[in-house]
Amino acid sequence: MTRSSRRGWMLSAAAVAAIAALIAGCGGSSSGTSSASSSPSSSASATSSSASKSPVTIGTSLSLSGDFAADGQAFEKGYQLWANDINAAGGLMGHPVKLDIISDASSPAQVVTNYQKLISSDHDQLVFGPFSTLLTVPSSKVVNRYGYAFVEGAGGAPAAFGNGLKNIFDVSLPVIDNLIPFAHWLATLPASERPATAAVATSDDPFTQPQFPAAIKILQNAGIKIVYNKVFPAEVTDYTPIATAVASTKAEAFLLGSVDVPTVSAFIHTFIQQHYNPKAFIATAGPDQGAAFLKAIGGASNAEGVMVPNGWFPGYPNAASQKMVSEYVAKYGGTPSDVNADVAEAYSVGQIVAQAVNATHSLDNSKIIAYLHSGVTLSSVQGPVKFDSLGENGSAAAFAFQWQKGVLNQVLPVGATGSKPVVYPKPNWGS
Amino acid sequence: MSASSIAKAVIDGILTGGVYALMAAGLTLIFGVMDIINIAQGALIVLGAYMSYVLSVHLGIDLFAGLLITIPAFFALGVFIEWAFMRRLHDQDRTAMSILVTYAVAIIIEGILSVIFGVDYLQLNASYVNDTFHIFGFYLPYIYVFGFLLAIALIGVLYYILYRTHFGRGVRGALQNRSAAELIGVNVNRVRALSVGIGVSVTAAGGMVFGATNSFTPSSGYDLISRLLSIVVLAGLGSIGGALIAAIFMVTLEDVVAVVWSPVWATLVYYVSLIVVLSFMPNGLFGKAAVRAQ
Repeated sequence: MTRSSRRGWMLSAAAVAAIAALIAGCGGSSSGTSSASSSPSSSASATSSSASKSPVTIGTSLSLSGDFAADGQAFEKGYQLWANDINAAGGLMGHPVKLDIISDASSPAQVVTNYQKLISSDHDQLVFGPFSTLLTVPSSKVVNRYGYAFVEGAGGAPAAFGNGLKNIFDVSLPVIDNLIPFAHWLATLPASERPATAAVATSDDPFTQPQFPAAIKILQNAGIKIVYNKVFPAEVTDYTPIATAVASTKAEAFLLGSVDVPTVSAFIHTFIQQHYNPKAFIATAGPDQGAAFLKAIGGASNAEGVMVPNGWFPGYPNAASQKMVSEYVAKYGGTPSDVNADVAEAYSVGQIVAQAVNATHSLDNSKIIAYLHSGVTLSSVQGPVKFDSLGENGSAAAFAFQWQKGVLNQVLPVGATGSKPVVYPKPNWGS
Repeated sequence: MSASSIAKAVIDGILTGGVYALMAAGLTLIFGVMDIINIAQGALIVLGAYMSYVLSVHLGIDLFAGLLITIPAFFALGVFIEWAFMRRLHDQDRTAMSILVTYAVAIIIEGILSVIFGVDYLQLNASYVNDTFHIFGFYLPYIYVFGFLLAIALIGVLYYILYRTHFGRGVRGALQNRSAAELIGVNVNRVRALSVGIGVSVTAAGGMVFGATNSFTPSSGYDLISRLLSIVVLAGLGSIGGALIAAIFMVTLEDVVAVVWSPVWATLVYYVSLIVVLSFMPNGLFGKAAVRAQ
């Protein structure tokens, strides 16, 4: 390499590195480490005593880029909203809260490195969980090694509780129960209205697959024949043959195990193209993503009647939840329908940790773990939280929501507070 | 399993394979003429989808008509990328270093898109995205048919330019022996810049069709790049026509396996077949040496 060409290459490489760093810094979402604390306004409103005390730093790894970026950024907003609120109320035991958020780019390898850094290098006093069971499982092991409590809001699959760890606590609905209200509702429909057949397709993911065995059993016991039941890999080149195969069965109900919007969107587009419209359609994730879901599928008219299971929705009749939704809209814009469940799950994590800290008057993680295992019932924007011996929230209620005229409404369980009548059979696409 | 289900899977595979070929064409062209592995190809595809989104949603321009704007814009972008990043690479370590440099380009593109558009999923919409026509008992989506025809047309144009024109001979001559090409008056830097420009401009079309058939975010390109590279390797590095055949082979095989056996095994079967092909044909179906001699 000549001196001039080497110099040119070095200049080029330096320019690339500088621009990449600049972009990462501007976006705050692409990569690298970012730190976040409460907003100046909320800090100003904190009590004078909390302002004078040293901050409590809470570390978390979030998927600010990659496959889970939309969910990860929603989680970041949930954590930030909680931090603002707790600081406005005087902080944790009088100490202001500072969040230490770093991105794992949706990588199960990176999330492990991140928690090691947060605990052993950054010396954060507490940690919050990441997004998804996929990232919670590997990170829970390293967090457990340091003896930290690991309260999380999006790792509710059985895989997260199968390692015998005593430090993991999921504040949200255990995913194994997600589809139960939907299956019960279908099973209890009058025989003349009940679907005769159902199809099941699920992504090969620890979040989706555990939801189906119990639901399928309920459907079969009600005489509903399962005419298609297949698993597809997490990364699919072409969803068309799978969705077309489902459409060709003409199943009257369809249950989709999805983890994101693109999967649901691909199935819906193919169903429209194949002129297949099931009487009931539920997807385990994707329809709960508000405006992002509507944009991807071509508008609210294609969403009419589509259902999604969850433990929370923006209209959830809980005073703390409604306050959080109002704060979200005021801070980030949009409408209440744009607030997805990720925000509530993250906010709940903060609430539960705060209640444990206040009850134990300590930031000692061993005391927090013992307290959360004590059988006490705590409160969150998602409702009551009571952990069983595994760390699952046994008090969480399962709901199903349905898109109705551009709004995601609670519809199941039928007769529950806040439930609206189910639109059934599902209207045709685009109507 | 009915014969019609398998036939439908084959048709879906051929049509979707055309879309993948359109996305892979720029990748194989740039490698073929410059020995550069463009890791930014996925990000460029996503950029093409976002540009089509802006033209469609904010300016009301039809997705296909918008290509009259995005293709020239991408040509200019390709020329810029070649000048700013690729030209600096020394011939001896060009291929290895190109992976790092184009990865940086991908990060830059992803970062800019994240800042401008956020990370929520989008999908391009037009009347023909969901519309179908009925033929021989099958519903065929217009968007896939149009995408396939566009792929055939653009790959045909690329092939003609590279292998049947004076410019194309200059491109291949510059690749085989830069010094000799310069001695007979070929402006190698200009030829390379134009080649990358052409390769990236085709990607604009691939991005539009990708965005109309898939939901996307700024980071969607990373999911694409491994499959596009496998198509290019199967085809034979640098083979544009081979990319079309390899893409159709990949998607059709996966679609048929998904229907006949299980979707879980579809990807595995494809990669096993890739290994088998490379075991007997190390240069891929249409190896590089043969391609450059065409």
